[in-house]
Amino acid sequence: MSRHPAPAGAAPGRTARAAGLVGCRVCGLASPRDLATCPRCGAHLASRAPRSLQRVWALWLVGLMCYVPANLLPMLITDSVGQHYASTIVGGAVEIAAHDLPVALIILLASVAIPIAKFIAIAFLALSIRRRGRVPPAARVHLYEFVEFIGRWSMIDVFVVAILTALVHMGFFASIAPGPAAAFFAFSVIFTMLSAQAMDPRLIWDSAEPDAKHG
Amino acid sequence: MQGMSSSDLPPASGPARAEAAPAVELIACPVCDLLQRQADPPVNGRVSCARCGEVLMTNRRGALERTLVASISSVILMVAAIVFPFLELSVAGLSSSASVLEVALAFRGTIVAALSIATLLLIVVIPLIRAAALTYTLLPLILGRRPAPRAERAFRLARELKPWAMAEVFVVGVAVALVKIAGMASISLGPAFWALAGVVVLVISEGASLCEWTVWREIERARKAPPAGTRRVAA
Ligand SMILES: [Zn+2]
Ligand SMILES: [Zn+2]
Repeated sequence: MSRHPAPAGAAPGRTARAAGLVGCRVCGLASPRDLATCPRCGAHLASRAPRSLQRVWALWLVGLMCYVPANLLPMLITDSVGQHYASTIVGGAVEIAAHDLPVALIILLASVAIPIAKFIAIAFLALSIRRRGRVPPAARVHLYEFVEFIGRWSMIDVFVVAILTALVHMGFFASIAPGPAAAFFAFSVIFTMLSAQAMDPRLIWDSAEPDAKHG
Repeated sequence: MQGMSSSDLPPASGPARAEAAPAVELIACPVCDLLQRQADPPVNGRVSCARCGEVLMTNRRGALERTLVASISSVILMVAAIVFPFLELSVAGLSSSASVLEVALAFRGTIVAALSIATLLLIVVIPLIRAAALTYTLLPLILGRRPAPRAERAFRLARELKPWAMAEVFVVGVAVALVKIAGMASISLGPAFWALAGVVVLVISEGASLCEWTVWREIERARKAPPAGTRRVAA
């Protein structure tokens, strides 16, 4: 029924929106568009999450603003027999690399590679909704699902700092305290998770429709 | 213009009464919004979206029961993980131990005190609330009773909290911390560590088996069923 040749991966059929219905993202039920909440699960209904992209970008920016000081300020402050030593995220990973390379790589992956890849991926996905690119929607949705899955694993380093702080007390052979970067990093992870959650993947498929007419 | 013919809809099974009662017949893919008929997945099979391939529903035998068992066990294990010591560190005759609660509150009194609340939520409070909400929702369904009051709200809560329950991330953090101080002191794992490791196994197995949309249908059917009716779960 489409006047245009179907894009790769498209199957015949119709979106709930085109049929005058609204799909519930929580339980799947399609309801008439005038319902505000889903009759099956009680979730708030919206054909597309309202102001999805604005919220994605706002949360993305806050996450990025937290990420910069998280890398510049000390993450861990060690006091060992009178010596005061502060290390950043990358500095701490480099120290570990000297005696345990795999663990250093896990920290670099969780604290540096994943967060940066997430910022890039979310920005790419948000931009691709506005201007049509060559990446097919199915691939973009896979990227989106990967970003959602991987986000929480960035919290590893924050937990490491918490464990070390709790375990290594003052009066012991050393004392370990968290640096300000721990808070900045945790909030960066939380805000990028919220940013990814604010994105409505249905917008990704909308952007690939041959006759994308909005409103 | 908005009227639709049933022949447009991909999986055809049974009569379609789209205009009359869309509320009972149709589902929409959460990823691409494709409208399709609600079809029951075959036993140990799945229903996927005809357009984007997203798995919409699965039907694993005993998925609800397994999730319930996992939830109840993880509450018990979480309590054990909180009560018992977690890690013990000893160096030159001195020793120090930490419980999960102490770890969660490690940031209090430091310049990043706000993180204590966040950590406590992520590794203790949210996993416990999730397990309790899942138990509350699934137990009546499995027993063939009417859903508990506000079961829908409880199950939605469990879903919303899922990304924020970070017990398994915490366990990987423990492994990294062990390596970090391995050179300075000897460390032993307390019973709480193994309890937490158990929680991780349960969380992962629960995620693999539970089909949320099946639970929603079961809740809906149980609400509509006559009070005395005995039902089969996940027919
Ligand atoms: Zn719903
Ligand atoms: Zn789909």
